[in-house]
Amino acid sequence: MKRISMVKAGLIATGLLLSSINAQAASQTLDKMKSTGAVTMGVRESSIPMSYTTGDSRFDGYHVEICRMILGDIKDKLGMNTLRINYQPVTSQNRVPLVQNGTVDIECGTTTNNTARAKDVGFAYTLYVEEVRIAVKANSGIKSIADLNGKKVATTTGTTSVQLLRKHERANGVNFDEVFGKDHADSFLLLESGRADAFVMDGSILAGNIANSKNPKDYKIVGEVLSTEPIAIMVRKDDPEFRAAVDASIAKIVANGNMPKLWNKWFLSPIPPKNIVVGLELSPATKNAWANLNDKPAEDYNKK
Amino acid sequence: MDLGIFCKGTLDQEPVEHCFSALFAFGKNPDPSYLDWLMKAWGWTLAVAALGLILALLLGALMGTLRTLPPENKFNRFLVRFSTAWVELFRNIPILVQVFLWYHVVPAFIPVLKAFPSYLLVSIALGFFTSARIAEQVRAGIQSLPSGQKSAATALGLTTFQSYRYVILPMALRIVIPPLTSESMNLIKNSSVAFAVSVPELTLFAMQAQEETSHGVEIYLAVTLLYALSAFAVNRVMAYIEKRSRIPGFIVGNSEVAAH
Repeated sequence: MKRISMVKAGLIATGLLLSSINAQAASQTLDKMKSTGAVTMGVRESSIPMSYTTGDSRFDGYHVEICRMILGDIKDKLGMNTLRINYQPVTSQNRVPLVQNGTVDIECGTTTNNTARAKDVGFAYTLYVEEVRIAVKANSGIKSIADLNGKKVATTTGTTSVQLLRKHERANGVNFDEVFGKDHADSFLLLESGRADAFVMDGSILAGNIANSKNPKDYKIVGEVLSTEPIAIMVRKDDPEFRAAVDASIAKIVANGNMPKLWNKWFLSPIPPKNIVVGLELSPATKNAWANLNDKPAEDYNKK
Repeated sequence: MDLGIFCKGTLDQEPVEHCFSALFAFGKNPDPSYLDWLMKAWGWTLAVAALGLILALLLGALMGTLRTLPPENKFNRFLVRFSTAWVELFRNIPILVQVFLWYHVVPAFIPVLKAFPSYLLVSIALGFFTSARIAEQVRAGIQSLPSGQKSAATALGLTTFQSYRYVILPMALRIVIPPLTSESMNLIKNSSVAFAVSVPELTLFAMQAQEETSHGVEIYLAVTLLYALSAFAVNRVMAYIEKRSRIPGFIVGNSEVAAH
């Protein structure tokens, strides 16, 4: 019995070794990291607290820190002494092409994993699930979508939240007036100046804007979740070995119990450079994503 | 290119039964298509621009005239200073900033304005901004008249008001129709800033619809076409007015060149 299992273990170990040698041989990203001693991380300039600049071309954030942990892990696995990380700021428009053409090896911003993008790029396990929520003034008495009847609801032009609101209005028979901000700051100003009674947007954006406002205590995030979207680290599609290495690191980070600590650090504690507290509580959806690591696209989250 | 996108529903992006229902069931169709939405957005663009244009032409003609008043008494001198201040105030601030001022800042001081819908505030902003530019054109038109015209009016015993009403303005306003045409067309195009304060006009449609459908090329082509069409329609109307108001023998009448 024992002997068989030993043999089995030996076979498995050999197999793993072989496959890992194969993997290294086939993975252009891992090859590139080994030969150049450097890797390029795609980051966002102002997606607080996920990925943002803290000045002087330094970048930090929840996803950025996780990516650094992953890359550190891969560096050790490859037996390298040092690995230089180059930071490449990306935008919503260029992030997918930059990953596709190899400029960026690993994108650590705020990219929604959906089926359309999954045709062009690969996504690692989801570690953050964005929820579309409602922000209101604390004294408004609004507690749910139903309370929005006859109210003015702000959201930002050119976001999926606009479409989401429209669908909700039709489906639930709640009648509200939509007002549109040019960008998130404008939408928040609509709420602040009383032009709107509520601001519907991604939870982290709402929490960030509230934290940055004159009196954060005057605002509250309330009500049911209008939509959920998995935000994931993006890698090249044609390099499954690299993606497997990233996923293996993520599994390790989660297994070591680091995730709640990282959440506390970035979402519930003062963060540089201005020492604001985002103040977004850990959602059940994100907790669930940690417990059951997966790379399901957004479409799977909103199936009813 | 896939123009079929305009026949898809705005809720589920499935093809709809009646691609174009904007004219017959304006706003009542529970399942509007992107074409319906586009038409509605065009309507908002035209409404905001038309309101702004009326305001701009009235105020512009008034302020431009006031700037040329002879400084013969205290009241006239006040009017000249006031109209000069008006022009300098409204032509030195970018239009987008003016729109924000009318929407966010001014209502903070004049609470009545809070009840005004945003399209009205944008029309005011556009109207005032353009009125400053029209005022300068009207002033230039008046000052381009030979001084003999004014003297002749005075010699006939006309008061200042009468000489403006019967002699100066009928001449000057005819001269400035071509630059007024440009200004009116500019106003149509400038109305795109209305998207910034949540008027659901063409630019807002373009930004939103291209995010929802990922068909940016088709959406922007359609929106560009409608802007161009609107501005060109204004151009034709002004050309018609210019042609009909021409008086043979007058300064403008001597020119055989048609308006462009």
